[in-house]
Amino acid sequence: MDASNPATALAIDETAEAEGRVKIMARGVNVWYGDTHAIKDVSVDILDRTVTAFIGPSGCGKSTFLRCLNRMNDTIDVARVTGEIRLDGEDIYAPGVDPVQLRARVGMVFQKPNPFPKSIYDNVAYGPRIHGLARTRADLDRIVEDSLRRAALWDEVKDRLNEPGTGLSGGQQQRLCIARAIATSPEVLLMDEPASALDPIATAQIEELIDELRENFSVVIVTHSMQQAARVSQRTAFFHLGELVEFGETPQIFTNPRDPRTESYITGRIG
Amino acid sequence: MTEHHIQRAFDRDLEAMQALIMRMGGLVEDEIREATRALIERDLELAAKVRADDKTVDALEHQVNEAAARIIALRAPAASDLRTVLTSMKIATALERCGDYAKNLAKRTSVLVEMPPIEGADKALGRMAREVELMLKDALDAYLRRDAELANQVREHDAEVDQMYNALFRQFLTYMMEDPRNISACMHLHFIAKNLERMGDLITNIAEQTIYLVTGEMPEEPRPKEDWVKVARAVASGAAQPDAGEAKGEGGA
Amino acid sequence: MTDTTPTLHGIARPSAQEAARHLARRKRRQRRLVAYGLAAIAFAFLMLAILVGSLVVSGAKAFVQTHVTLEVFVDPAEIRADRLPRGGFKDVLQAALQKQIPGIEDRKDAKRLLGILSNGAQFMLRDMVVADPSLIGETIKLTVPVSDPYDQLAKGEIDPETPEEFRRLKDDEIAWFRTLEEKGLVSMPFNWALFTNADSRFPELAGLKGALMGSFWALLVCFVISFPLGIGAAIYLEEFGRKNRVADIIEVNINNLAAVPSVVFGLLALAVFLGWFGLPRSAPLVGGMTLALMTLPTIIIATRAALKAVPPSIREAALGVGASNQQVVFHHVLPLAMPGILTGTIIGLAQALGETAPLLLIGMNAFITSAPASPMDAATALPTQIFIWADSPERGFVARTSAAILVLLGFLIAMNALAIFLRARFERKW
Repeated sequence: MDASNPATALAIDETAEAEGRVKIMARGVNVWYGDTHAIKDVSVDILDRTVTAFIGPSGCGKSTFLRCLNRMNDTIDVARVTGEIRLDGEDIYAPGVDPVQLRARVGMVFQKPNPFPKSIYDNVAYGPRIHGLARTRADLDRIVEDSLRRAALWDEVKDRLNEPGTGLSGGQQQRLCIARAIATSPEVLLMDEPASALDPIATAQIEELIDELRENFSVVIVTHSMQQAARVSQRTAFFHLGELVEFGETPQIFTNPRDPRTESYITGRIG
Repeated sequence: MTEHHIQRAFDRDLEAMQALIMRMGGLVEDEIREATRALIERDLELAAKVRADDKTVDALEHQVNEAAARIIALRAPAASDLRTVLTSMKIATALERCGDYAKNLAKRTSVLVEMPPIEGADKALGRMAREVELMLKDALDAYLRRDAELANQVREHDAEVDQMYNALFRQFLTYMMEDPRNISACMHLHFIAKNLERMGDLITNIAEQTIYLVTGEMPEEPRPKEDWVKVARAVASGAAQPDAGEAKGEGGA
Repeated sequence: MTDTTPTLHGIARPSAQEAARHLARRKRRQRRLVAYGLAAIAFAFLMLAILVGSLVVSGAKAFVQTHVTLEVFVDPAEIRADRLPRGGFKDVLQAALQKQIPGIEDRKDAKRLLGILSNGAQFMLRDMVVADPSLIGETIKLTVPVSDPYDQLAKGEIDPETPEEFRRLKDDEIAWFRTLEEKGLVSMPFNWALFTNADSRFPELAGLKGALMGSFWALLVCFVISFPLGIGAAIYLEEFGRKNRVADIIEVNINNLAAVPSVVFGLLALAVFLGWFGLPRSAPLVGGMTLALMTLPTIIIATRAALKAVPPSIREAALGVGASNQQVVFHHVLPLAMPGILTGTIIGLAQALGETAPLLLIGMNAFITSAPASPMDAATALPTQIFIWADSPERGFVARTSAAILVLLGFLIAMNALAIFLRARFERKW
């Protein structure tokens, strides 16, 4: 166990950087909520077409860091973010970047399924509409169908696109939210505990979907379930008290973590 | 482990499995010691006891595997817990094989009783068996204490056992070439030596599992192993002089 | 479990009797609480029943009006087409009455006889004749209200057993009216005049039309001003404004404003709208503006509460797909908050409808005999009309006051019902 190896060094994948597979590059990110130092100097590389899982105990900052990646923290008055986060090399916190445009490129799915109280169609069509992605009604129809297909929901809802999205089951609602997120053709999908409100079958469907989404997107998932992280991700980051403790290939993290804190958390010990 | 699981029952499950392994280890140690004593003292009763004891060892291995399966199914172990379960299964298998070799040793004792003794063989085999027994004791200690250092020593120790086997091999070969009437007894004695050497290998496996358990990585470099084929060729071609002296020296010590 | 096993903590369990007593005490306490609650509700209902009951008892009579039907000969000698609208309408009516009750020769008695009819009767006849001069020389059937004392008599409010000097009607006057009744000329139809007439000094002619129109205009002005302003302010404070010390101060002040006595708003309106801006006195426009000042905090508070009640998950969802703040508010939050906002607005307007004090200060308690045609005309409002009538000495206004209160209550109930309906109809589940 090499505890002297700083986690930041582990989190930066130099070969991947060289190959241009890095989608999001974060360097020295700090987040303050008022006086609380929520994220402490986190540097991380999120690879393209890879599922990256953020795990850690409650309040460890994993969700906070996730929300830095699409600037959702901007909506909180007291939140302050420093450091550098680059999406495809472009600093997303640069003055010229509009967070609203950014969020079309970095989609987000939340813990509780939160479809709009509108029809299934309008739920999916909302993003493309506000971003002006469809010129004609036919274009919009195509986007809606394609998004629902990718979210593995099309067959279940194709005959009732005009019914309210809130009438679907919990798992279907969450897949609808995923369809809504991918309708704007994002490059990165952020998922904040997407299956924590679902039953095991719906959870398995979401996990299968995440695995399929990997073909087209870079997926970052925050989860409380370590087993879920193990099942769906290729790379896992362990956060503790606002620090990135360890980041590595998921199999390595789950069989042979380098940091004793990771070990304690993964094996369910009091750390 | 100084820390314990938040779910105490998980600790209890792991500890129970460890206890089974330690019980197996103790039994196998006894088997080796008693089988060797039975051989040296030509004690058929003790040999029979060893053979009976081995059934318990087999049953314990089964219990370890069941406990491991239960833990995997119910507790989804990860990291060191996962390694504990995996290595426990492998160590149980190794111990069970050691027990089998000890049983085999006891079996051959009942045959050897009816044959003339070979000079110095019992003593040499006794030393080898003690060596193996010591290795096993250290290996189990290393496993129990999660001591990679000790496990590494055990691993290196195996070279000595190998060397003792090679020496015995040459010795028996010489005896057999000297007098064909010794062949039957020497063959049995050679198998006993071979079994002891195999036990050494299995105990080395246990030590390697311990190293994996502690560090998460299997030791990579192959341990130094003297090739008995080379020795056999040397003896057969009559060019075994430099080694033979060493073997004789050992035998005399 | 038996009584002998100790509890988890090693303390002896209470005996069966003790346990039963304990349970009985607990149940008694609960029953007592339920009884108190029921008593409180019953008391509230009783008070409401007394209020409404007394209003109905005293006001019901105002919903009918005693009329008398006369055969009137429009005497060309008294009324000449070329002199209209002047003419001897009074004399014609007097003659018609004298025909029904013969034997009255004294001029004074004949004049008293005319007192049976409402003072408005001559004007009704005049208006008819002016509208159709060919009626001159004809005999027409005319149904007119009787004057207040006779109306009271017909409704049994005047006791003939009372000594004559303490009565408003003399014995012979009662006898005349009885004669008319016997001839079947007296009727008591529904009092449409209550809604179609404006105010009048004569109770039998006084109606609520002016007050209703005044209230309508005032509420319209109030709604037009306070609804957009209130929602705008609430959206800014809730969705866009930074949450800092200034916002806290504003919040406290809005809450205080909602609690400021309405008369203060009246004084403010008097000083600013009438004093500085020189807007017309008694106009529903000014009344509406004053009421808007009062309603604004209510609407802001209700709207903010409704906006707050929209789950944050909806906001996050919209932000997550890249909606701007403004899009989040107008596409998602506001539609979801609308039922709450409308409910709050209607309740605010209902409050405004019942508000009296500020209207008194800006002169909406004037005596105005015609209904306003625009917000700039002088008018009264329902509550100020009630105030005026309650102050009037005529006996007939007592019933009218109660009737006006019932009308006001009716409107309030209707508005609250509408609020409940809107909430139930448009409330969406998420």
